[in-house]
Amino acid sequence: MSWLLPDSYSTFGPDVDFLYYAILVVTGVVFVITEALLVYFVIRYRRRDGQKATYIHGSTKAEIIWTAVPFIAVLGLAFISIPSWNMMKNPDSVPADALDYIVNAKQFEWEITYAGADGVTGTADDISTINIMHVPVNQAVNITLRSEDVLHSFFLPEMRVKQDAVPGMDITVWFEATRAGAYPIGCAELCGNLHTTMGGTLNVYEAADFEAWVASQSADADDADDADDQEDQ
Amino acid sequence: MDAHAHAHEMPWIRRYIFSTDHKTIAIQFLLMSLFFLVVGGLLAMMMRWQLGFPSEPMPGGMLLPDEMMAPTPAGAIMLPEFYNSLVTMHGTIMIFFAIMPLLVGVFGNLLIPLQIGADDMAFPRLNMASFWMAFPAGLLMLASFAVEGGAAGAGWTSYAPLSASGEYTGVYLGQQLWLISLTILGFASLAGAVNYITTIINMRAPGMTWFRMPLATWALFITAILILLAIPILAGALIMLLFDQTIGTAFFLPASDGEPLLWQHLFWFFGHPEVYILILPAMGITSDVLANGARKPVFGYHAMVLAIVAIAFLSWIVWGHHMFQSGMNPMLGTTFMITTMVIAVPSAIKVFNWLGTIYKGNIHLHTPMLHALGFVSMFIIGGLSGVFMASTPVDVYIHDTYFIVAHLHYVLFGGSLFAIFAGITFWYPKMFGRLMNEKWGRIHFWLTMILYNIVFWPMHSIGIQGHMRRIYDPTQYEFLQPLQPINQFITMAAFALVAVQVIYALNFIISIWKGKKAGNNPWKANSLEWTVPSPPPHGNFELVPIVYRGPYEYSAPDVEEDYWLQDAPPPSETAAPALEPQPVAD
Repeated sequence: MSWLLPDSYSTFGPDVDFLYYAILVVTGVVFVITEALLVYFVIRYRRRDGQKATYIHGSTKAEIIWTAVPFIAVLGLAFISIPSWNMMKNPDSVPADALDYIVNAKQFEWEITYAGADGVTGTADDISTINIMHVPVNQAVNITLRSEDVLHSFFLPEMRVKQDAVPGMDITVWFEATRAGAYPIGCAELCGNLHTTMGGTLNVYEAADFEAWVASQSADADDADDADDQEDQ
Repeated sequence: MDAHAHAHEMPWIRRYIFSTDHKTIAIQFLLMSLFFLVVGGLLAMMMRWQLGFPSEPMPGGMLLPDEMMAPTPAGAIMLPEFYNSLVTMHGTIMIFFAIMPLLVGVFGNLLIPLQIGADDMAFPRLNMASFWMAFPAGLLMLASFAVEGGAAGAGWTSYAPLSASGEYTGVYLGQQLWLISLTILGFASLAGAVNYITTIINMRAPGMTWFRMPLATWALFITAILILLAIPILAGALIMLLFDQTIGTAFFLPASDGEPLLWQHLFWFFGHPEVYILILPAMGITSDVLANGARKPVFGYHAMVLAIVAIAFLSWIVWGHHMFQSGMNPMLGTTFMITTMVIAVPSAIKVFNWLGTIYKGNIHLHTPMLHALGFVSMFIIGGLSGVFMASTPVDVYIHDTYFIVAHLHYVLFGGSLFAIFAGITFWYPKMFGRLMNEKWGRIHFWLTMILYNIVFWPMHSIGIQGHMRRIYDPTQYEFLQPLQPINQFITMAAFALVAVQVIYALNFIISIWKGKKAGNNPWKANSLEWTVPSPPPHGNFELVPIVYRGPYEYSAPDVEEDYWLQDAPPPSETAAPALEPQPVAD
């Protein structure tokens, strides 16, 4: 049992993990102090027969201190969170050179569309895969997230990415992986009976390997489709 | 005396079934919500079985129909659609039919008239109607398990479009019954809320100024205002969703240009005030019990009242923190992060004032006091874990994971339910005339406290590892398989946690007949309910009480005893009281 985050492998990782540990430290200190005081007071001031409690109604000074200090602390946590949030979720933050993807969610699979050779999604040379997403390392990817039935949530734990897919909306999701490898894709929003099966794999390749994969897919679209079908099974 | 005699002339059915006496209605709500608490707990146990031992035959599963459990030669295995119904109904029943009626229905009814010195609620028949709407609503909710397609399975939040059309889940009638049941319950809550508000504003005894009211009543007053304002939004949303389901509207169906996010906005605009509806009365109860146990005035009484008001106000502008990852404009996310961080401040104020209350006290660790201290210690954890979700970038990672499950249970179980145990044990004499057994009460407290933490503390950890909530079989994800021993451990501990609640149930039932007779004031407390017999007669007070002081004058130097009843005349006025007690007008 651990309060440590699993390793992250995207450019969002350091920000999210720093904020998490900052909050862990702040709340951890408050937790230890308040719980320790609670236990100490219960022991120190336990019942003694024939004795009365000290008749105190309060202290304005104390109230001001313990209003102002938490107020400053939580506002501080809010303000240090704002830049990371804007970087992660504001569509204006997506790097200009990001590769375009479309991720279409439906009960109970992820359909991933790649731009293909022309670099534009929605054209004839698009490639698509089901439940397996291929991306190059150290390269931002710009995903248009859609759903064609109910809510889903596109969850890449190691990338520190999570975004609901909403039918009728095109939502921008971006990230940049920093290490090659295979990572889980999950659905984090209850989406129906087989919600639990809606997992997938994110394959992060070295740039050359990714080029090779795209080339192999583009060479023969029919073969590519067959290969995808086999991957599914 | 007239009122008392009158009560005994009433036929049995008017006294116990269709009673207009607020104390009887409180007991009715108590029995109803304890029943639903048991049901909600058993649903959770079935979920825990599936999570600990995914797709293994469930003991006793053969007793359930094939629509819920798939029969195999080895035994019955839970179906995923039934798991989704369990997720949905556990949350729904616990929130709407257990915790909310326990806090608002039971303590609102029992305490408000007694603590302000009134003979009953302002609208006793409306009060009766409130219970007799809530109870059938609960039965309707339970009945939905038996209909074709099973009970609702879109989560207690019923996010559209999953909830808006049966084509996505195969649940049609179950979802509709869910909507109808909650709409009826909403009317019950509204009836209660207008009653509480009117009663508190108009029926306070002479001398019971606003700032002499016990914090339990203060919290219930503010809660009633929240209910009055929040429930119509829920009811409106429920009816819109019901229309989507049944008569072809498309408020939330994107295929016909509906807007799924609208449901989330409406639901959480109700839902976040609802969260505080579920905690404010618990805070009030805790304040009353802590002062009594510590034999000391509540530290910073005015600050405590202001904190309740501040929480209630802020609860209207934080709903978007449930929707950070929903596709809502990220700029709104920033706004809601700031308001959400700020709402931590009044919660912190309350915690520090509770610590101030026991500081330099003369602490009697009676069972209600143990539970109240349990509330404070667990609410600290639940409050602090909320700060993680408030930070939008951290929420990206932990949203919809077991971290949230841990957080909400620390608030609702560690918080609300411990306060409910405190409140039931503390005011049990005012319902049944007797005290619950102290020894068994303490044993139950310690076992619950320890097992509760063993169950819910590890959920933080598996959430941090990325374990999503509401998944039927975590082992389907390879990266969650190493967490399976923890899931099994939690499941075993959860079974034990439920098992030890039998102690409380037996203590509760046996004490009705065998408990020690309580007398008027077994806890040596100050507020007006302790000036009348246990249980109080119909009409409560023989003479309209006159209130001379606040409710927390424990260990005051002016009197010898360490408590001072609110209606005890001040020493200087004993000879010639300024106000003559007046007979109760019939």
